[in-house]
Amino acid sequence: MAELILYWKGLSSHRKSLWLIASAIIVMGLGLSVWRFFFGLGAVTNLSDEFPWGFWIGFDVMGGVALAAGGFTLCLLVYIFGYHQYHSIVRPTVLTAFLGYLLVAIGLLYDLGKFYNIWHPLVMWNPHSVMFEVAWCVMLYLTVLFLEFVPIVLEKFNLQTPLKLLRRLSIPIVLAGVLLSVLHQSSLGSLFLIVPNKLHNLWYTPILPLLFFLSAITVGPAMVIVESFFSARIFRRGLETAVLYDLARFMQVGMLVYVAVKIQDLFVRGVWDQVFAFDAESIHFLIEMAILFTAMIMIAIRKVRACPAGLLTAAGLVVSGVVYNRFNVSWAGMLEGTGASYFPSWQEVGISLFLVTCGIVAFVTISKFFPVFPELEEPSREEWDVMCPAGKKLLGDRESDPEETRKAS
Amino acid sequence: MGNEPYAILLDFTRCIGCGACERECARVNGLPDDPPEDKLDHRNFTVVLKHDSGQYYRRMCMHCEDPACVSVCPVAALEKTDAGPVVYHPDKCIGCRYCMVACPFQIPKYEWHKSIPVVRKCIMCNSRIENGEEPACAWVCPVDACRFGPREKLLAIAKRRVSQMPDRYVDYIYGENEVGGTSILMLSGVPFEDLGFKMDVGEQALPRLTWTVMSKIPNVVITGGIMLGGISWIINRRMDLQKEHMDEVDTLKQDKENWELEREALNKKIRDLEGGRHG
Repeated sequence: MAELILYWKGLSSHRKSLWLIASAIIVMGLGLSVWRFFFGLGAVTNLSDEFPWGFWIGFDVMGGVALAAGGFTLCLLVYIFGYHQYHSIVRPTVLTAFLGYLLVAIGLLYDLGKFYNIWHPLVMWNPHSVMFEVAWCVMLYLTVLFLEFVPIVLEKFNLQTPLKLLRRLSIPIVLAGVLLSVLHQSSLGSLFLIVPNKLHNLWYTPILPLLFFLSAITVGPAMVIVESFFSARIFRRGLETAVLYDLARFMQVGMLVYVAVKIQDLFVRGVWDQVFAFDAESIHFLIEMAILFTAMIMIAIRKVRACPAGLLTAAGLVVSGVVYNRFNVSWAGMLEGTGASYFPSWQEVGISLFLVTCGIVAFVTISKFFPVFPELEEPSREEWDVMCPAGKKLLGDRESDPEETRKAS
Repeated sequence: MGNEPYAILLDFTRCIGCGACERECARVNGLPDDPPEDKLDHRNFTVVLKHDSGQYYRRMCMHCEDPACVSVCPVAALEKTDAGPVVYHPDKCIGCRYCMVACPFQIPKYEWHKSIPVVRKCIMCNSRIENGEEPACAWVCPVDACRFGPREKLLAIAKRRVSQMPDRYVDYIYGENEVGGTSILMLSGVPFEDLGFKMDVGEQALPRLTWTVMSKIPNVVITGGIMLGGISWIINRRMDLQKEHMDEVDTLKQDKENWELEREALNKKIRDLEGGRHG
């Protein structure tokens, strides 16, 4: 307790206010949770018989799973393809993915009418159901992420025997994680194959699973970039600029393939004219594409991608573009076909905000107590010199400016 | 009755709008007595509506031959019985509402106001059929606008009525081919699209759209697993070999250095000894 008080006193006023906001959101979220579980879905959501899946499915589940794709893309690069130079960011990324999937599962509890039956897919099988497959993949992948994360805890308590065992199994574990991710990332798209008459032509395509998979491996590196920036700020540590710069290339290639397949698919299905119909759906589609194109152009310009602020903005755009896509598939694209009108209630958004806040607080807390981040040097002189002023400012929230330290010494 | 696939034939031109089917349905299924009169919701399994032309028509679960709701349910809480009804097991249900999303006719309804909700929809009085009785609505209908029987037989009756009385009926049997055929067949004097029935649901059973992808999963897992495992093995093996190679080079270099040191030491010793002899 005394330590906590000391910790609190040592915080800057900026950080104190951040903690206060987080606490307020968590208190609100707990209240909303009581409301939801005691009075039912109808009391807190704007869901209806015409529109049974809303914000929680679109954001918490479909958005959440996509944004947690950083875990499997990075593990694929490092352990399977041997890009060991990215090893330094594997741990924070795996932790983020683990917490992300945990939040997806908790978010699902809020959305399920009979939440206490969530274990039913374990024993009541229907292999024809995409939802059944997603349920199994998410359960197994959560286990895999736990096994990938648990060495951090074992190291802290110096338990060598299980550590050695896990190290020996690391390749099979990573392999299982990658396969499970490929399956359920694409399956979230397959969920909508059954509604050809409800989902708008701009999004309904037989290759929806492929598009979901391609966008997941695009947004994976983007999320790693965004997360690295935020941990650099929160934990006042250096930024792996070289690694992130490299990841941006993977992101760019992924995005090029994704957008190319998406556009080609519009031509193949002969719905290209609907893109420029300028009705509600076409406008949502154009915004989605515009976000991705802006990101692609930014990454293509050397000056922009070499600057941390530019890199962060581009990665942030990719993240929002993919989340926008998930909303379009589950929300905007479903309105006309179902004849429904839907806009989330403040409680729905509030609970999602609560879950995200819990995730961030958990990440910060775990990182404080466990060896998540490797010791990292400050940016080298060369890296710092080529950095644009905005980037320096972005990373400037440190106890000491490396430039000044160097001048002083 | 055997397990022959049964169906219900609704002849809207015969319906007098008495509402006996609604009331008997509610009584038999224990539904509340305050249902909405103009639409389906969680309080009713069927509803009789009146079109502007004066013709009555009904809405209820279509009991598809290959139902989307049954195929999507992750815990098999929905089931198509051999006799025709699509039944629901509330104790299995987890409340994901995928059935509501998937249903092309938007039939399943939800108890949104309850803290422990279940899905509500017509189950074609499954237990009555098992006991050899007709579903409540068919049993009670006073004008034979709702007839229960083997699907083949009802389809033949429907076709005969349409061909014999072209003035009375539109030339269409709704449910014959919709989404691969349904266990509810409908005849009408007013075009079905005017009654609000979806005409664009297609003749393909929807679960096939999903199954074409789902059936590829074992292949993806096996091929993907072998491929990625192989790639990982090759890359890591090459890196190991590279490292081994570099280690070997290092060892040789070290040996060479040691030898050179030794040689120098020996040379020095020789020089010293030679110098000693001369000196």
